[in-house]
Amino acid sequence: MSAERLAALIADRAPVSGHRPWPRYEIDHDTWIAIGQALGEGGGDLLGLWGEKDNVHLALRVAGEAVPCVVTVRVRIADFPSIGRFHAPAIRLERAVRDLYGFAPIGMLDRRPWLDHGAWSMRAPLGSRPPAARRDPGTYDFLPVKGEGLHQIPVGPVHAGIIEPGHFRFTANGEIVARLEQRLGYVHKGIDGLLTDTDLERAGRIMARVSGDSTVAYSFAFSLAVEQALELEAPPRAQVLRGIMAELERTANHLGDFGAICNDASFSLIHAHCGIFRERVLAASERAFGHRLMMDRIVPGGCEDASPGAPRAIQTMLEEIEQPFAEIVRLYEDTPSLQDRTCHTGFVSPDLAAQWAAGGHVGRASGRDFDTRRDFPYPPYDNASFEVPLFSAGDVDARIWVRIREIEQSMAMIKTWIADLPAGPSRAELPPLAGVREGIAMTEAFRGDIMAWVRIVDGRIARAHARDASWFQWPLLEAAIESNIVADFPLCNKSFNCSYSGHDL
Amino acid sequence: MRTLLLRSLFLKPVTVPPPQPDTPPSEDVVLVELGRALEMRARRLFGRSIAIREIDAGSCNGCELEIHALNNAVYDVERFGIKFVASPRHADVLLVTGPVTHNMRAALERTYAATPDPKWVIAAGDCAAGCGVFAESYATVGSLSAVLPVDLTIPGCPPKPIDLLKGLLSLMEQATAKATP
Repeated sequence: MSAERLAALIADRAPVSGHRPWPRYEIDHDTWIAIGQALGEGGGDLLGLWGEKDNVHLALRVAGEAVPCVVTVRVRIADFPSIGRFHAPAIRLERAVRDLYGFAPIGMLDRRPWLDHGAWSMRAPLGSRPPAARRDPGTYDFLPVKGEGLHQIPVGPVHAGIIEPGHFRFTANGEIVARLEQRLGYVHKGIDGLLTDTDLERAGRIMARVSGDSTVAYSFAFSLAVEQALELEAPPRAQVLRGIMAELERTANHLGDFGAICNDASFSLIHAHCGIFRERVLAASERAFGHRLMMDRIVPGGCEDASPGAPRAIQTMLEEIEQPFAEIVRLYEDTPSLQDRTCHTGFVSPDLAAQWAAGGHVGRASGRDFDTRRDFPYPPYDNASFEVPLFSAGDVDARIWVRIREIEQSMAMIKTWIADLPAGPSRAELPPLAGVREGIAMTEAFRGDIMAWVRIVDGRIARAHARDASWFQWPLLEAAIESNIVADFPLCNKSFNCSYSGHDL
Repeated sequence: MRTLLLRSLFLKPVTVPPPQPDTPPSEDVVLVELGRALEMRARRLFGRSIAIREIDAGSCNGCELEIHALNNAVYDVERFGIKFVASPRHADVLLVTGPVTHNMRAALERTYAATPDPKWVIAAGDCAAGCGVFAESYATVGSLSAVLPVDLTIPGCPPKPIDLLKGLLSLMEQATAKATP
């Protein structure tokens, strides 16, 4: 019903020319509001919301449709209608747009700054840049919590482990968490600003560093977006090499997280073994692609070619870890004291996962059957056979199982690809470029779908934007920890493993 | 699990041999301003053990992944007496990554202030070293040395665990060498 209404709102419109492959429509404020309402009623998924000079863009997928679209509303003086008041997943994105551009979302419910901690000496750094006095970054109006016997536990931004900075404000009743409120933005580096008016190579290097653990996925998405804009396709060899790199990255991250989650339950044996497996994957990645995290390997037009020894290095690594990994998985299965910590912990309801269009293991552990590789297929996945694991328990254990099954799927895919690597060049020349061209792409990073959007004017990046999966996962972590004990927060947090850098931009 | 543990007893360790810290560790690991800071405090040094507090001051998390790897069985930094601690109050060394975002600056300065003397600061990775891709932004300071006195710089994007290890060992070797009359 609401999906049909949402579809009707964008039907029969002429898309902006030069935006590929999804259509982009320029719409008025009333349609924008109606789209917000339809999204709020469950008519589709919000895929992204970002600003630029004079415009605010929103990427969405009408429920059940194969191709998403982008809608653009022109900012009126300095405001635009809030989507967040109808559809909560847009709230933080709108707060970010307001902080960066100074556009006020009319009707927004949460008027607190998000990325702007008062430390920039100006407001709206990508908008009119009025000077502003520096505020104490410690001041922030956390939501009031009232009740008997409640106490607060402030954590961060500097955490106890080797992790990224962010602030968590727990309100607890004894051991039980009554509410968690996050405050993020500490690692805001101004990426949207750096991705304005720059050359392709520099933009690529920045995109590769939006979130270091997903560097391959980001370079992949950025390159696909640029190739879409320029109507170019990477050569077959590059497509397969990209797939291998993306799956190596997924395997390495899932291995690291699987071990780290178990370590947070003080089961260090799995952690130790997973640490070794992860190291093997990274070492093989370095031998094959010259960089442990495979940073800057994927570029618009293709990728750096693999070393001659790549197939052997990767094959050997897979053979080395496959059997021991299966053994460690059995160990997880056979250890009830560990499962006592992971089962029924950090529950995310299927409704919430669907409403927030949560990607990756967060969505797929709560019954949201979506994987960019299968649902918006891009090479080499359009020709690959793989299964998308789906669980419905929504707890830490389910998120672990999604990861375990994905590791198995990834290793199988890598094996198939490495055995039959297409010959030929790994890079195509970028065509001589003129005029305004726009491209958008989504790839499946290990933690979920990420989106890259570019506008290229005469061969230069006029504006680009990256949207991390974490935007739609962080808020669900607040929900997941509710009514759990404080000591289970590390488990919940690691089972999500949201990116701070990818979110803070 | 019993079989797994039993078998582990008879397997060879996976740990890599220690790198040579004496010689310049590798071409891309450079020691900066080390002597000046260390000479002053020569007698009160950490001997063979240092406690590190890691601070992400705006990194993309790539550096964190590689610093994390130092703790795995392959690099196993604890065999050198190097351990990561949860509080700056327990730390000798602050290992800082990232271009120092303005939003993290106050927290970084407070963490430094909370670390007891004598203390050393390591800038890990190109961003902290001042040559990363985020250096020229309204939101970043651009390099760690603009905020804190830096004793050692370990470049790389991100630095490999073995380079981090070499850097840390160099810091310890030089410090202890100066401590011995």
